[in-house]
Amino acid sequence: MEQFFKELSQKIIEKIDNTEDLMINFWGEDSHFTRFNQSKVRQNGFVSDATLSITLISNQKTCSTSFSLSKNASNDLLTALSHLEKLRRDINFLPEDPFIVFPKEGQSSSTSSKGELLSVDKVVDALSPAIKNVDLAGIWASGNIYVGYANSKGLLHWFSTDSFSFDYSLITESEKMVKDTFAGTNFDLEKYNSFMKNSINQLQLLDKKSIRLEPGDYRTYIAPAGVSDLLGMFSWNGLSEGAIRRGQSAFLKMRNDNVTLSPCFTLNEDFSTGLTPMFNDEGELAVKNLPLINNGILKNTLINSRTAQEYQIESNFASGWEGLRSPVMSTGDLKENEIPSKIDSGVFLNNLHYLNWSDNIGGRITGMTRYACFWVENGEIVAPIENMRFDDTIYNIFGENLESVTNHSQFIPDTGTYSSRSFGGTECPGILLNSFSLTL
Amino acid sequence: MEKINLKSIYNELNVNAEWFGIRKVYESNTYRMIRDGNPQANSTGISHGIMVEVLKNGQFAYAASSDMSVDSIQKAIDKAIIIAESSSKNPLYNFSKDVRPNNKGKYKSQRLETQIALKDLNDILRKSYESLKVSDKIVSASAMARITETNYQYLSSDGADIEQDFLIIGSSFDAIAQDNGITQRRTDNGRGRMFQSGYEVFDEAELTNMCSRIGNQAVELLYADECPTETTNLVLAPDQMLLQIHESIGHPLEVDRILGDERNYAGWSFVREQDFGNLKYGSDIMNITFDPTVKKELASYGFDDSGKKAEKEYIIKDGILLRGLGGTESEKRSGIKGVANFRACSWNRPPIDRMANLNLEPGDSSFDEIISSVEKGVYMESNRSWSIDDYRNKFQFGCEYGKLIENGKLTKTVKNPNYRGVTTPFWNNLAKVGNHSTFEVFGTPNCGKGEPNQSVRVGHASPTCLFNNIEVFGGA
Repeated sequence: MEQFFKELSQKIIEKIDNTEDLMINFWGEDSHFTRFNQSKVRQNGFVSDATLSITLISNQKTCSTSFSLSKNASNDLLTALSHLEKLRRDINFLPEDPFIVFPKEGQSSSTSSKGELLSVDKVVDALSPAIKNVDLAGIWASGNIYVGYANSKGLLHWFSTDSFSFDYSLITESEKMVKDTFAGTNFDLEKYNSFMKNSINQLQLLDKKSIRLEPGDYRTYIAPAGVSDLLGMFSWNGLSEGAIRRGQSAFLKMRNDNVTLSPCFTLNEDFSTGLTPMFNDEGELAVKNLPLINNGILKNTLINSRTAQEYQIESNFASGWEGLRSPVMSTGDLKENEIPSKIDSGVFLNNLHYLNWSDNIGGRITGMTRYACFWVENGEIVAPIENMRFDDTIYNIFGENLESVTNHSQFIPDTGTYSSRSFGGTECPGILLNSFSLTL
Repeated sequence: MEKINLKSIYNELNVNAEWFGIRKVYESNTYRMIRDGNPQANSTGISHGIMVEVLKNGQFAYAASSDMSVDSIQKAIDKAIIIAESSSKNPLYNFSKDVRPNNKGKYKSQRLETQIALKDLNDILRKSYESLKVSDKIVSASAMARITETNYQYLSSDGADIEQDFLIIGSSFDAIAQDNGITQRRTDNGRGRMFQSGYEVFDEAELTNMCSRIGNQAVELLYADECPTETTNLVLAPDQMLLQIHESIGHPLEVDRILGDERNYAGWSFVREQDFGNLKYGSDIMNITFDPTVKKELASYGFDDSGKKAEKEYIIKDGILLRGLGGTESEKRSGIKGVANFRACSWNRPPIDRMANLNLEPGDSSFDEIISSVEKGVYMESNRSWSIDDYRNKFQFGCEYGKLIENGKLTKTVKNPNYRGVTTPFWNNLAKVGNHSTFEVFGTPNCGKGEPNQSVRVGHASPTCLFNNIEVFGGA
């Protein structure tokens, strides 16, 4: 697909005149999806999708259009040129835009990762034996995903990767669940069987009758998957510089009132894992490692070039929506085998669910506990808990109530498939809080 | 709008399966947005492709492609057959083709004005933005229009032949006010508006009046008291009822959730198969309908993606749960009576059970009668925060704008109003349902569910409602 994109984009760019600039984005996937319920196949299919977007800039005005491609080069060129003509007609009726991000020259890049994936006819045979004696619900997603960028200044970026993920929940008869994801670029049946066996073994912990907790404040450990959900909120009216400038960020207090978080909390945007494209929709390359919060102090926010122009500040080439693309939270010194004893009496939360700002400016998040969550007493896991609602602020969770951070972290892949399969994920440790507010 | 001749393609295909269907979707989404006086978005996104579905060995399988050549579609069919054969080695359920009805028909959104000049639309958005800027306390404001045009064609080997055309107009208006370290945001109904209609919805006079109110209320909230923390009477406006209906009635009644399909993602449901016909979901004045026939409501349509004809059905009547939100496949799997709601977000995702239009039928109380019946309580408008557990029991919702109710009258404005509760106790506390004069129709394009994930349009209409004994509280 890289060559297809290179040739198509070049032919489109050849058609602009010297008063125009053009940016071209390309994304798509060839994905196999197999959905399981009760460890059996519920839905099974394949999606081949490719989209091209062209952004025209002329006379300090801009507009864009995206459209599905057939991947037939001559047909797609004709389609693209007809859309370019429509953009030329529309742009005359638009007002000037003072914050246009113009295409730039620069160093082109190309990254392609090939993997060994199961063919569509082998997936059911490969996955089913290991799960035949349990109740599993989940989704297998596998194939190639790609994204490209080209502009009228000659810059060209390409990123494609083969990948698979089996994102699943194992469910006991008493409706307790273990959640996990087996993901990678080279499928290995032996590793899959071993991974699944480990997940199934965790179900034994859930056999006991659940404890119902009263609302209140509890000593709490949140495992990496749950921490990843909390950090995910930082992408929604969180670390976006534009959101801060418009008064719509949970981090306003850190910017305006010099409020700090815990010295145990450090968060970077770190592309060194290579799992996420470093270029954004404007073709700009992010720095490999951008410190965001360092030992509790806000060091940087996510600034895209449009925000930079609007507020006359420096861009750090964030994405258009100024969300986290490759977050890595630093580890601490809490050892895994010491977690129950350090909780002493409190709750151990593996996963959280359905998070939302309950007070965005106040930094307060509400959500639910989900999956394998336990009551711990005298340093021992006693029994699962019934799901509880929490409602607490990031200033407590990552601030004054953060007691320690685990000395190991986990990569939580982004298994989202809205529009298309996602790249990357979040690398983070677990956190121990001396108090966490459970409300319902 | 580009169209391909689906019937001529169909006749060229070679399909070795018990049944097959082809669904083609063309959808364009145009966004125009002005923020703080400058253009923020002028874009159009067009998605166009085809999904083939085959039934082989009792298993449906799909293959979807943005390449709509005959050769590509034939390859998709061949691939779908391989996938169906593979599924049949470990199937959840063995289907027959009767879950794909062979209906024929057409549907078209109602519309009056079918054209609007780009320049005129930009002018309306600019004037709306200027109306939002009621004072220098408004630090940011935006006005957005979204226009969606969809053409849907569906053919099956059993003779189904359906074409549906949708024109959907959406708008949102947003003002952020700041003073003395306090920030408040006010919008048009929390999520804006979205209807199946023509461009007549861009009425300049109406929009500028509304935007002025939004701007003034954003400033008003800056100086308002915090919502009190107490258990009290709660009156919800229709633009919050839409979220309450969506999260605590719509999702738990989706039969694919009840059957466990969503347990790894959206979640399960507290409702079980034996609850239909028995569960007292809410008080006696609670009547919920699935109604894809309401003019202008966002998720009205003629047929779902299985080909089933869409009709109005009572889901909850007099507080008793009667029927599930399940399509033909779920009806077969569960035995629960369902509705025509087997829907996909586009050509590149398979259909699953979705909500469409889910409405609370009007009662007999006027707005004034509801408020005057309350000695002490809180009135809330416009959703801004939502969260509910995976069984759809414990919810917490926040609104933009609140008013205290004291001695039967609306008094002080309160900011950061929130409330929480548990689904069936909450609905059994429904004490009054507003009449037609309080009834409003809304919709949202962003209902997320499914693996692979899908975001679909849903519609909700409701009157103003009163609930007793609800836990309310304020901000951080």
